[in-house]
Amino acid sequence: MADLMELNYTVSNEDFTRAGEASSDVKKKLKQLGVSPDAIRKVAIALYEGEINMIIHAYGGKIKVTISENAITLVLADKGPGIADVEKAMQAGYSTAPDKVRSLGFGAGMGLPNMKKNSDQMDIQTEIGVGTTVTMVINI
Amino acid sequence: MTVNDILDILDATAIAGKSGLDNEVLTACGSDMMSDVLAFAKTQCVLLTGLCNPQVIRTAEMMDIVAIIFVRGKTPDETMIKMADEMGLPIVVTSHRMFSSCGLLYEHGLRGGIIDG
Repeated sequence: MADLMELNYTVSNEDFTRAGEASSDVKKKLKQLGVSPDAIRKVAIALYEGEINMIIHAYGGKIKVTISENAITLVLADKGPGIADVEKAMQAGYSTAPDKVRSLGFGAGMGLPNMKKNSDQMDIQTEIGVGTTVTMVINI
Repeated sequence: MTVNDILDILDATAIAGKSGLDNEVLTACGSDMMSDVLAFAKTQCVLLTGLCNPQVIRTAEMMDIVAIIFVRGKTPDETMIKMADEMGLPIVVTSHRMFSSCGLLYEHGLRGGIIDG
């Protein structure tokens, strides 16, 4: 299947106020392409949660969004500390985010479960001290 | 109910995104935790919050929130107002506390949407 479009973003962890700029841009582009509102909502939520995670836990990272005829694939790759226990991280309410992040309105332990809920497929590759790559596919 | 109706009900003031004041509101979500908003908010929903930072505007953008209601008189800064104006996202400010704001809107018929586990 030929890819219709590929979008690449670098997420910086320097300024939390800018978190979500990549997700915002992707959302606008999908709207322009005429993707269904339901799929756009899923992509927006999954990507924004991922972007926030990269900033909170992994000093930023890279996002690649591939749009094909049937699906949107989101690949979020970071060189952060890795996830020690993926199974635990997938549980709703489990969080290792610092209090500072909670005071900003995040770190409720809903990020990864919400990303899974909004994607049709999700895969996490992680290695301690090396980084994490999360791949999500949303069918359109 | 429209955002304009909410201005009356909550003695609130619109400070951004005034182009969207006629937007129809179907449900409401009250939270200071954006993680929960991202997990639970429904469609055509207004967000009531006492958290005041740019991520509130971003969260609202991602969730297609119809309007943000800042409770307890919280007032967004210029960056947030500019973001909301660009999106056409109404921001309203009320002095009512969270509990009273939710109660007043509920009394006027607004509901939280269906619980889907």
